[in-house]
Amino acid sequence: MINRIPAAPTRDPPWFKWTLIAVALAYVLIVLVLPLLAVFVEALRKGEAAYFASFKEPAALAAIQLTLLVTAIAVPLNTVFGLAAAWAITKFEFVGKSFLTTLIDLPLSVSPVISGLVYVLLYSAHGWFGPFFLDRGIEIIFAVPGIVMATTLVTFPYVARELIPLMQQQGTDEEAAAATLGAGPWRTFFLVTLPNVKWALTFGVLLCTARAMGEFGAVSVVSGHIRGLTSTMPLHVEILYNEYNFVAAFAIASLLALFALVTLGVRAILEQRFEAELAAANRT
Amino acid sequence: MAGVAASPKRWRFREPSALGGFWPSFGFVALYLGFIVLIPLAALALRPWEIGIDGVWRAVSSERTVAALKLSFGAAAIAASVNAVFGTIVAWALVRYEFPGRRVIDALVDLPFALPTAVAGIALAAIYAPNGFIGAAFAEHQIRIAYTPIGIMIALVFIGFPFVVRAVQPVLADLERDVEEAAATLGASRWRTISQVIWPSIAPAMLTGFSLAFARAVGEYGSVIFIAGNLPMVSEIAPLLIIIKLEEFDYAGAAAIGLAMLVISFVLLFVLNGLHAFMTRRGGA
Repeated sequence: MINRIPAAPTRDPPWFKWTLIAVALAYVLIVLVLPLLAVFVEALRKGEAAYFASFKEPAALAAIQLTLLVTAIAVPLNTVFGLAAAWAITKFEFVGKSFLTTLIDLPLSVSPVISGLVYVLLYSAHGWFGPFFLDRGIEIIFAVPGIVMATTLVTFPYVARELIPLMQQQGTDEEAAAATLGAGPWRTFFLVTLPNVKWALTFGVLLCTARAMGEFGAVSVVSGHIRGLTSTMPLHVEILYNEYNFVAAFAIASLLALFALVTLGVRAILEQRFEAELAAANRT
Repeated sequence: MAGVAASPKRWRFREPSALGGFWPSFGFVALYLGFIVLIPLAALALRPWEIGIDGVWRAVSSERTVAALKLSFGAAAIAASVNAVFGTIVAWALVRYEFPGRRVIDALVDLPFALPTAVAGIALAAIYAPNGFIGAAFAEHQIRIAYTPIGIMIALVFIGFPFVVRAVQPVLADLERDVEEAAATLGASRWRTISQVIWPSIAPAMLTGFSLAFARAVGEYGSVIFIAGNLPMVSEIAPLLIIIKLEEFDYAGAAAIGLAMLVISFVLLFVLNGLHAFMTRRGGA
């Protein structure tokens, strides 16, 4: 007789394992994959010609241009902010540090509509500072500056949040060594700190870009939806959708979805290659 | 803080450091936060009172506002609960098992962070509309999903998906196998190990994920409005009501609703934080 070797005590029975995997897969499929597929299916419903024709419309081109412009302003600002905030928070001890960290996370739990609303309260014709700027011929609300400000507010935590946990973990030893050897702050930053965080920074900038291009609620409040003038890509998607021009709406949406997929793909590749370095940043 | 020395502690704003660049970076951060976050939030806190306390109360307690607030917070709580359950199952499968497509799914979890909300909104509306892929199947049984509160919940489930998975995943990965093995060696059944060893350690992470998903869902706008139908008193969410007030140039009323949303959110998050602290203490670290 051979004694049966008991199964490893911490191994789940196969039925349990495969049921959980099936449930997980089904959930991911229904909640995430289906909507993603729907974007491309709907965009190509009337064929490739109709799909590509959607991008030739002047209003669509204007929307793409405006989105690129807004992104090109908001993302660099937030990148500099993210680096400065991470440097101050992770390399120094000071009073009120945790309060500052909380403030940085704040926009994540504030409705995008409220983020837009606050700028209307400040800069519209009835706002605190609105009349001051309007008297000088500067329109902020229902114009491009308001869209830039609202986008900046909604997307500003993303770079900082990728950097802070990683830089916290790395500590200050390497920078202190550089400083002791006579390197100034800039030199220390560019030659020691930056190379240590370059992949987390890359991903933070990508995520910030994806969010900036796709911001809808906040921009919707401040833009006034002037077609061809203050319509960003997501707002243009809304206009087309409400006009029942579904193919064109989903065609523009598919560009944004593609960019989102690229963002996730780059992250997956970076994570695989530089697992240890990104592990700290791999939290939400 | 780090005053270990016996000499009388002198109050300092910051601890001395060999590194430079504190004041420029701190100054820039403070200035930036001031302009981008603090001054705007001050406007939100102060402007509602232009219409007096009575006016604020009227704006916030009107039937339509109360219905919208209840819908936003209620649907967000249900959606976050759904994600707490299924998100934990997804995290468990991703951490504990090897199966085809695991890496792809792990990467896809973050999709709701990267995909613009309006894109998600029109896609969900297309799927769940009465003539959509899933909506049609339910429409045959006289169940409408799109343009009802159910549709709102579906959008909020999508938006909140990553939070629970990403909160539970690292905790499950860190959970030492030895602890489980010890429990098993000491004669605990698998079920007892799960309920008394694994559950207490992942429950706080689930709550963290729930709170984040909830906070995000309460204020969500873009993915909801296309599928909601936006019927006053039935499927009109609070952020939409703010936009409607703004379009009527009722700025103080809009600010009052926004302020009410923020205050309720922060009170609830504060309670959830307290619960989290209680759970981690009892979970015995």
